[in-house]
Amino acid sequence: MLQEKPRKLIDESGVRLDGRGLNELRPIKIEVGVLSNADGSAYIEQGKSKILAAVYGPKEVHPKHLALPDRALLRCRYHMAPFSVEERKSPAPSRREMELSKVIRESLEPSVFVEYYPRTSIDLFIEVLQADGGTRCSGITVASLALADAGIPMRDLVAACAAGKVEGRLVLDLTDFEDKGGEADVPLAWMPNLNAVTLLQMDGMLTIEEFEQVVNLALEGCKKTYQLQKEALKVKYVTVKEAVEE
Amino acid sequence: MPTFYERRQLVTPGDLLAEDDYVAGENTYKDDGKIYATRVGLVDYEDQKVHVAALKAFYIPYVGDMVIGKVVEVVLGGWIVDVKAPYPALLRASDVLDRPFRPQEDDLPSIFDVGDLIIAKIVAYDRTRDPLLTVREPGLGKITRGQVVEITPTKIPRVIGRKGSMINMLKQETGCHVTVGQNGLIFVSGKTPEDERLAVMAIRKIEQEAHTSGLTDRVTEMIRREKGGV
Amino acid sequence: MSSIMVSRVKQKQIAQLISSGKRLDGRGLTDYREVQLEDGVIERAEGSARVRLGKTEVMVGIKVEVGEPFPDVPNEGVLTVNAELVPLASPTFEPGPPDENSIELARIVDRGIRESKAVALEKLCVEPGKKVFIVFVDIYVLNHDGNLIDASAIAALAALLNTKMFNYEVKEGEVKIKPGYTPLPVRNYPIAVTFAKISDKLVVDPWLEEEQVMDARLTMTLEKDGKVCAVQKGGYGYFTMQQVSEATKIAREKTEELRKLVVKG
Repeated sequence: MLQEKPRKLIDESGVRLDGRGLNELRPIKIEVGVLSNADGSAYIEQGKSKILAAVYGPKEVHPKHLALPDRALLRCRYHMAPFSVEERKSPAPSRREMELSKVIRESLEPSVFVEYYPRTSIDLFIEVLQADGGTRCSGITVASLALADAGIPMRDLVAACAAGKVEGRLVLDLTDFEDKGGEADVPLAWMPNLNAVTLLQMDGMLTIEEFEQVVNLALEGCKKTYQLQKEALKVKYVTVKEAVEE
Repeated sequence: MPTFYERRQLVTPGDLLAEDDYVAGENTYKDDGKIYATRVGLVDYEDQKVHVAALKAFYIPYVGDMVIGKVVEVVLGGWIVDVKAPYPALLRASDVLDRPFRPQEDDLPSIFDVGDLIIAKIVAYDRTRDPLLTVREPGLGKITRGQVVEITPTKIPRVIGRKGSMINMLKQETGCHVTVGQNGLIFVSGKTPEDERLAVMAIRKIEQEAHTSGLTDRVTEMIRREKGGV
Repeated sequence: MSSIMVSRVKQKQIAQLISSGKRLDGRGLTDYREVQLEDGVIERAEGSARVRLGKTEVMVGIKVEVGEPFPDVPNEGVLTVNAELVPLASPTFEPGPPDENSIELARIVDRGIRESKAVALEKLCVEPGKKVFIVFVDIYVLNHDGNLIDASAIAALAALLNTKMFNYEVKEGEVKIKPGYTPLPVRNYPIAVTFAKISDKLVVDPWLEEEQVMDARLTMTLEKDGKVCAVQKGGYGYFTMQQVSEATKIAREKTEELRKLVVKG
């Protein structure tokens, strides 16, 4: 279904097309433990983006020669469903998906105690069911929860959010239109306990000062996202705990 | 000596549990003097130690553990057994035969075949190799009848109970033989399928309500009700 | 059997030296290795350059062909960047389709060129809506001794500046080549600087052994006026916010230094 490209993305009073202010996150809905076969799973809706993540592992590595002697091998596949975007996307992995698979894996790696499970693999799958911008960030956010849901020991959750510049203003959590029509997009992933930036990318044009401001704005988005992640985990396990205490 | 949660409060990975003099126990780690949770679970502080009872965790083999596994492959000189751990376990033919394996004579599938369930013990395991099993002790070997229930491994201690109180009650009330595998699998064998059903039901209830008190009494009550009822 | 794995003893040595502000090859933390640049090395290509950054060697060849535009920008030329980690460049490179490393390398260099609008794509229209110039930028890594990104970015820019497109006329719907050449319209000069985090310090232009010891890398691509047009963090580790800030402060000076080697006058 083709959508009409909007003329202006932000109006004079700083209100965006979807009614948000410049510093507002899109509405986020997260559910943990949604798939019965995977060892861990989670689902997120961030604005119109819908993303599912699942974890299998730690388990034996196939093929065996890839096994690492002193740690688990973390593998990640970011993939977009053919119907997830405006123009049907071929199911074959694109170069973009391969790059994103790599940077997403590298964003989560510092959070997992891989050294506890030598010679195993932890396989992460991120499926974008509907894309409306910020899918790598939503993907990281939900993949981190899937890892926690699988009972894999972690240093911390990893929260991700993007910020950028659209029509001259610095904004948080860009939609697809805003990303395509804007001047810059900066996705960031953050692990609070270690003050660790585990993903940082940028494309567009920003002065150095603007870049620093946008990075800080994305960080604020990550902090809010982190709270939502914690709540989602607690909700899943609290209902189990409460049912038990009746 | 600051701690940040009440006992048995739900924590998530990365939650700051304690600082300074505390010792990092199970499912926690210490970094720069601070102790954080590594898994979702219930935090507890005991003396100067803080640990988290994980609500969900997979089984990691320990030498001496009794486990229940499924034979998944017959290989030269032994069997590969799935013990629901990140690593496949190995049972050597020499362990069963009590002498070296003779490839020309010994027909391994006739001893254990793919799909068989066995009760075994872990005799060796370290970071560089997969767990090694034995079936040489009494009570170990192939499961030929009865039922196997799978629960999350973190709840196994509750099925056993303090000093075996829960498992002894189960055996007594249902008349079943119950063998608990540390890897989350429990073997139940009774005189009748009905007895086995009661035992399985009781185990499921224990899994659901593992973190509550007065559970042993409630489970006993439930079994008696079911036995006496319709 | 060849292994590029650095021994533990050496890894420790590298890390310890850096924590005291020195590097094993004698460089300062913010020093680049020697850059040698040669352009026009492949006459058959429309543009080319070879860069040696220390012992890392990268060649970039540019081919310009006529093809169809993208439907959403029917009057613009097309730029496409590809990278090959040629097996002869390292015992760790296997023959086969592009893996995640060569894809990431190509996309980082592409971002720098594209976001800075270095190539004036709007001037590459041959027949509006039907035919445009397609600029193929092919990065060929010939020897891997670390920091392929910065070396490739320099080589790509030098090759683009060296590129000449054939003159043509459109007759009866066909593109006919005329004698003479026109330089490819290049109006910006993106340069990448890559930082490695080792012993909690930032070092610039890591060589191969430093790359094996590093926690993570951060690449920043700046265009001629000092604006940031691409950033990419890579590797298993992480940077603190302070380190990100520190990198942005060093980036401008470093990219200017490197740009002078490529853009004469």
